[in-house]
Amino acid sequence: MIRFILLVNKDGQSRLSRYYYNIVGEDRQNLERDVISKCLLRSKKECSFLEYQNMMLIYRRYMSLFFIVGVGGDENELSILEFIQNLVETFDRYFNDVITMNVEKAYMILDEMVLNGHILETSKNRVLAPIYATEKN
Amino acid sequence: MPSSKSDTMRGLAVFISDIRNCKSREAEIKRINKELANIRSKFKGDRQLDGYGKKKYVCKLLFIFLLGVDIDFGYMEAVNLLSSIKYTEKQIGYLFISVLINHSHDLMKLVIQSIKNDLNSGKPIHISLALNCIANVGSPEMAEQLASEVPRILVGSDTMDTVRQNAALCLLRLYRVSPKILPPGEWTTRIVQLLSDKHLGVVTAACSLIYEVARDNPDDYKNCVPLAVSRLSRIATANYGDLQDYTYYFVPAPWLSVKLLRLLQTYPPPEDPAVRARLHECIEAVLNRAMEAPKSKKVQHSNAKNAVIFEAISLIIHYDNDPDQMVRACNQLGTYLSSRETNLRYLALESMCSLASSEYSHEAVKKHQSTVIQALKSERDVSVRQRAIDLLYAMCDKTNAMEIVEEMLNYLKTADYSIREEMVLKVAILAERYAVDYTWYVDTILRLIGIAGDYVSEEVWYRVIQITVNRDDVQGYAAKTVFEALQAPACHENMVKVGAYILGEFGNLIAGDGRSSAGTQFELLHSKFHFCSTATRAILLTTYVKFINLFPELKGQIQKVLQSDNQIRNADVELQQRCLEYLRMSSVASAEVLNTVLEVMPPFPERESSILAKLQKKKSVINNKNLADGAANANTTNTTAKPPAVPAPIPAAPTANAVTNNTPAPVVDLIGRESIVVTPSTTIDGVNAGALLVDVFAEAEPKLPQQNNEVITQDNSDKFLTKHNGVLYESSTIQIGVKSEFKQSTGTLNIFFGNKTNFQLAGFTSVVERSADLQNHILSFFNLIV
Repeated sequence: MIRFILLVNKDGQSRLSRYYYNIVGEDRQNLERDVISKCLLRSKKECSFLEYQNMMLIYRRYMSLFFIVGVGGDENELSILEFIQNLVETFDRYFNDVITMNVEKAYMILDEMVLNGHILETSKNRVLAPIYATEKN
Repeated sequence: MPSSKSDTMRGLAVFISDIRNCKSREAEIKRINKELANIRSKFKGDRQLDGYGKKKYVCKLLFIFLLGVDIDFGYMEAVNLLSSIKYTEKQIGYLFISVLINHSHDLMKLVIQSIKNDLNSGKPIHISLALNCIANVGSPEMAEQLASEVPRILVGSDTMDTVRQNAALCLLRLYRVSPKILPPGEWTTRIVQLLSDKHLGVVTAACSLIYEVARDNPDDYKNCVPLAVSRLSRIATANYGDLQDYTYYFVPAPWLSVKLLRLLQTYPPPEDPAVRARLHECIEAVLNRAMEAPKSKKVQHSNAKNAVIFEAISLIIHYDNDPDQMVRACNQLGTYLSSRETNLRYLALESMCSLASSEYSHEAVKKHQSTVIQALKSERDVSVRQRAIDLLYAMCDKTNAMEIVEEMLNYLKTADYSIREEMVLKVAILAERYAVDYTWYVDTILRLIGIAGDYVSEEVWYRVIQITVNRDDVQGYAAKTVFEALQAPACHENMVKVGAYILGEFGNLIAGDGRSSAGTQFELLHSKFHFCSTATRAILLTTYVKFINLFPELKGQIQKVLQSDNQIRNADVELQQRCLEYLRMSSVASAEVLNTVLEVMPPFPERESSILAKLQKKKSVINNKNLADGAANANTTNTTAKPPAVPAPIPAAPTANAVTNNTPAPVVDLIGRESIVVTPSTTIDGVNAGALLVDVFAEAEPKLPQQNNEVITQDNSDKFLTKHNGVLYESSTIQIGVKSEFKQSTGTLNIFFGNKTNFQLAGFTSVVERSADLQNHILSFFNLIV
């Protein structure tokens, strides 16, 4: 299952974070710091999977943004990698520009796609339909 | 687009841009505090905030929380938002709650009440929001109170598809928190039916749910297998137009396929031949797709396609029953090994590791050996190199052992420090397991010590010594090699330890050669003496006394060394003791006595290697089968302060080696003071309510009815004044035998308990107690072997 999803810029500040297990306060900050520093240091030639404590980190870089997903157990790494791509494309379609996104809408979209650490919906149309619907509300 | 709508909370956008424009952390904090004060006053204000205002401020609070500041107010307002009718307000409220609240918060009850209202509201979007919240928070109270609602929504016929999806994963969360809400049998069939739903989103969610639940109750959910297979085959053979929404870069429903394949891995291959055939076809289709020309050049397409392929290969490995498919999988992985993408190489190496251990595909895996070795040398990424090492270890067998060990040794020279110890253990295991010619084995271990001496743990070099002692053919070669190795200017301390031991035992075999004459050997060893730690020096001293026996001509020289103040008054007690005793022994004992005492070490009893155990312990897999006989370890008079290597721990049993001194104290003392008390506790498996033995040596009668206590303690203990082995005590229920050996300052006492009854003994322990005055004289270690 997915443990957490983080979105950070290249300076290491987190723009979006979603945790699917109980972790609070200082632990959360330490985890973030650790994970972010590890991923930012990787070069292009190295593979996108990293073992960290008892989970696997899967990350992908889009210009100045890093998407980092931590998975526990034995998830299929490539599928998560592509899920990140899917997520980015969905954001792209909605916001037209991933960098300047509206934070709470981003959470709404994320919540439509991942629930409780499992991938819920992968079709962009289906995900964005309720979001568009709320705008009319 | 969003920015022109009325509920965009422009205040929030302004705030966010302010923060982003802040030049420094202090400026940020100042701005945040200003905003916090503003919000606080608004919330406390007399005027009731309208929905929009509340929403705006709660949202700001959420954002501030994300920046890393803890929020301690605003919860009440968020909960109020939950009861609003407007969707956006409700949504912000739920968002705030699910991100910030923890289980024991006071407002939980209110939240749960709101959730219940929403669940029953009949409006799908509200129900979805509520379900989302439950899934994200998932406290035990929620589980209790909402346990009946959620499954009902899940299988209800009038629920919307999207709501059903959410309900499935929500149920999963609640199940994890309290498994009893899904008792086996009640909802099973209906949940399994969800796999055939026409809405693929529902299937995806249901699949995740079933995967988790089936892991806990596999029998209950085994009907999901045929449904999963049929769904999978429909996807695999689908036309690209069919699954419109779920086709991702020309790959049909990749995530769902991966999930279904994963679900199938929790079950053995299906028994029904029709289902099995269909599954087989499916897997073939998936593998075929790898061969087809890619429909798109984009990396997303290939990643998605490959994700499904890797999962299918995992399934093949799990089933382990179809040689053709396994070979095919192996070949597919082979092509990935040479792919340009690092990710694919990494995953291929990992999958191949599991393939290598199966009998069907082992040969096929070996074909890729040279590719793997090439990867080891040329990969930039250290984690990929590590996988390559794991794979080489797994694919090693008699035919390629020498080559693989050679490669691993080469890699060891430049390897990362964190993995060196594991690698050393692996090389040692491989060398021993596949050695045809033991001179090669000795060579390899010595090279190992030379390359990575610090990481060579004790088990490794104990083992090489054991093997050398046990095999006559290798002894001369070992002595010669060790001698040469010691001549290197900077040789590792472990090398000195091994060298000292081997030369001490077999130095005479090479003394004939001028270059390695007795005197040269002694000088070589002694030149290292002062650079070594106490433990090594202790071994060297023992070697010196063995030299006195082997090479009488050196006696004077060695005695002078032993006599020097450095040794006799050495600060370490062990060294001092050895020095004095050896000195005395060499001057007092005649040549024959000396010869007997310092006779060549007899062969060690064959037993399991403790190295394997250490490797697996390192990988935190406890292997209870490998248990070295502690007695033999004590016989090697090597270490002093550290206890001899303790192999894989059995979870319950304490481990240590029994040692006692060999002063001629009356053996009655040994029995009397070291009373062996049997206490009831649970250390033995196979417990049947059999005879319970309480106190063997006590005068009180044991509690068994037909007990005829023949206490022959006294007789037998006298026996032990003159002999080492025998029966110590015997009664109709138990027989206790003793076998002891003493060598120099260490001895081993093995006590065997034999069960003479027809029942199994339950709760048997033995405890060794030492009286106070003996405590100071005995350095003891205990080992309980079952």
